[in-house]
Amino acid sequence: MTPVSSKQYTDDVSLLMVLMDTNPLFWSSTATPFSFSKFLSQVLSFLNSIILLNQLNQVVVIATGFNSCDYIYDSSLGHGNLRAETLLQKLEEFVIKDEELNKQESVDGIGSSLLSGSLSMALCYIQRVFRSGSIHPQPRILCLHGSQDGPGQYVAIMNSIFSAQRSMVPIDSCVIGSQHSAFLQQASYITGGVYLKPQQLDGLFQYLTTVFATDLHSRNFLQLPKPVGVDFRASCFCHKNTIDMGYICSVCLSIFCKHHKKCSTCGSAFGQPQTSVSTSNQKRKAPDN
Amino acid sequence: MKETRETSKHGREHTQTRGPGESLQEDESGLLRPIDNQALHHAQYRRRLRSLSSASATSRIQKGLIRYLYLVIDLSRAAGEMDLRPSRMVVVAKQVEAFIREFFDQNPLSQIGLISIKNGVAQCLTDLGGSPESHIKVLMGKLECAGEASLQNALELVHEQLDQIPSYGHREAIILYSALSTCDPGDVMETIQKCKNSKIRCSVIGLSAELYICKYLCQETGGLYSVALDEAHLKELILEHAPPPPAIAEFAIANLIKMGFPQRAAEGVISICSCHKEAKFGGGYTCPRCKARVCELPTECRICGLTLVSSPHLARSYHHLFPVTPFDDVAPLFVPNHRRPKACFGCQQSLLNPGNLPGRCVTCPKCKQFFCLDCDIYIHESLHNCPGCESLRDSKSLS
Repeated sequence: MTPVSSKQYTDDVSLLMVLMDTNPLFWSSTATPFSFSKFLSQVLSFLNSIILLNQLNQVVVIATGFNSCDYIYDSSLGHGNLRAETLLQKLEEFVIKDEELNKQESVDGIGSSLLSGSLSMALCYIQRVFRSGSIHPQPRILCLHGSQDGPGQYVAIMNSIFSAQRSMVPIDSCVIGSQHSAFLQQASYITGGVYLKPQQLDGLFQYLTTVFATDLHSRNFLQLPKPVGVDFRASCFCHKNTIDMGYICSVCLSIFCKHHKKCSTCGSAFGQPQTSVSTSNQKRKAPDN
Repeated sequence: MKETRETSKHGREHTQTRGPGESLQEDESGLLRPIDNQALHHAQYRRRLRSLSSASATSRIQKGLIRYLYLVIDLSRAAGEMDLRPSRMVVVAKQVEAFIREFFDQNPLSQIGLISIKNGVAQCLTDLGGSPESHIKVLMGKLECAGEASLQNALELVHEQLDQIPSYGHREAIILYSALSTCDPGDVMETIQKCKNSKIRCSVIGLSAELYICKYLCQETGGLYSVALDEAHLKELILEHAPPPPAIAEFAIANLIKMGFPQRAAEGVISICSCHKEAKFGGGYTCPRCKARVCELPTECRICGLTLVSSPHLARSYHHLFPVTPFDDVAPLFVPNHRRPKACFGCQQSLLNPGNLPGRCVTCPKCKQFFCLDCDIYIHESLHNCPGCESLRDSKSLS
């Protein structure tokens, strides 16, 4: 980051971290109403308009792949040629590498992309910006996500959400898939970001510029999409039912819908003094809520 | 430490202030230099991390996630001493406030209560509860010091209060002790044994000097005893108690706890909340058992006593159960230059020092990615995810 005099850093200078879903299974599936190249051309125009809004604005793009995640664009690194089209080459390299890493022969359905990885990377980058001194652009994260949620990432994504909440970084989400994403609903709700699932994907550019281009300061004066009701009820580990009332293991906080004699996750016996030490290395099932 | 010159009246105390000269060190040639703070900070953090991971590796220790903790604050005459500016009492209150916030952030299912010792009497300032604001408000209103301190009275009160809590909870007391003596009505040793039998883990943070009785208390009950050197050290010592302590299985009996997951009430509905007894507009949560309205989670339903939480509160504690593996230090010379990435995997910061010399960095033993020291601290202390492991599908299916 180039040193700039403090006067130029007003409250509307933004650092936008864009997490772009490049899951090939999602983009090639017939359910996707939208081609990747169409998506890309609209997003690139959006990124260029962000850079245009303020000369100090910064855009960083992280590709959320199926097997890996990587930085593909950082507007602070380019000298002169800042236009977002330069990310295309890196994106192509990333997609090829991501495909090479693929080891699974076939995947059921669309499969999930590694949102937890790209969120963690974005938060590390934002911490670096915070460290750079007292004057820095206001960071926010925008997830352009289409794949379905991966239940295995639940704990990691929640950890990222809480860390973002602690550093007051809002996570905006724009869902381009056909289903709502429960993870991103929670992420935007907890961190105070905007969650939006556009109705007309052909007008994606318009959604992006009217909703997600606004900096954090200007949001105070705008009527942005209100958070829809987020269901914070838990689902039990035994039947995956969503429950109103349940039982929690006091040792590992697993959720059950009925009273059990023994915890299936950590092996503690309930209701009597514990004698054997629990085996906590059993893999815990993450609730998919 | 920012200080202006005091008048001669405070001259003596001024000479006693714990010096600001600690941030300098002498180098080989005898010149005074500021300490390389980053390296020092990182070294401290590594020590902390290692001690934590070695403790959990040697014996399979659980974490006490549901804690019932009493903070005992010594407000005897000794708390008025001015060796910490403006006085011990004010500094302690400030750090307690920070601690309470951090505590609830890390232990959303736990509860805190406040006890003060004044005039030789222990007094309950707040009962066990889960709202940080109410504790802080009461404490700030009660900041006056007088009389003697009594360890026994404080312990008796803690014992009385904690004896009623359910058996799955971890009972703890943290005593912030300013005085150098204790003025007790009976045998304090008996009270210590009583606390030990009730499995109350007592920790003491001293503000003046080490006391035998405090050390004995901590030894017997399995707590930590430490004495603060200055304000920064006090902060460090008190925040050490925020993450859940390792718990011994026999201390708290595993149990299933009945909890409710209330739904957010519809916007625009007027209802009377059971916590403030006021009519409120919109928002709020409805207890699934008795349908009473509460304002915030986590809490206990005032009407039927059901613990009310939301699933993110449970998720907030999961990282204590699945910590990130400590990263390994990379010796600059052992990794050939071509195998070394130029930038930190997390934040893209260059890993090269000025002059293209390899700088200090760490690597994750699982995903073998390289990270800078700042990311190392952030990942282990706040994020609780390794970005490298999270962005590899293989490592996820293996683990």
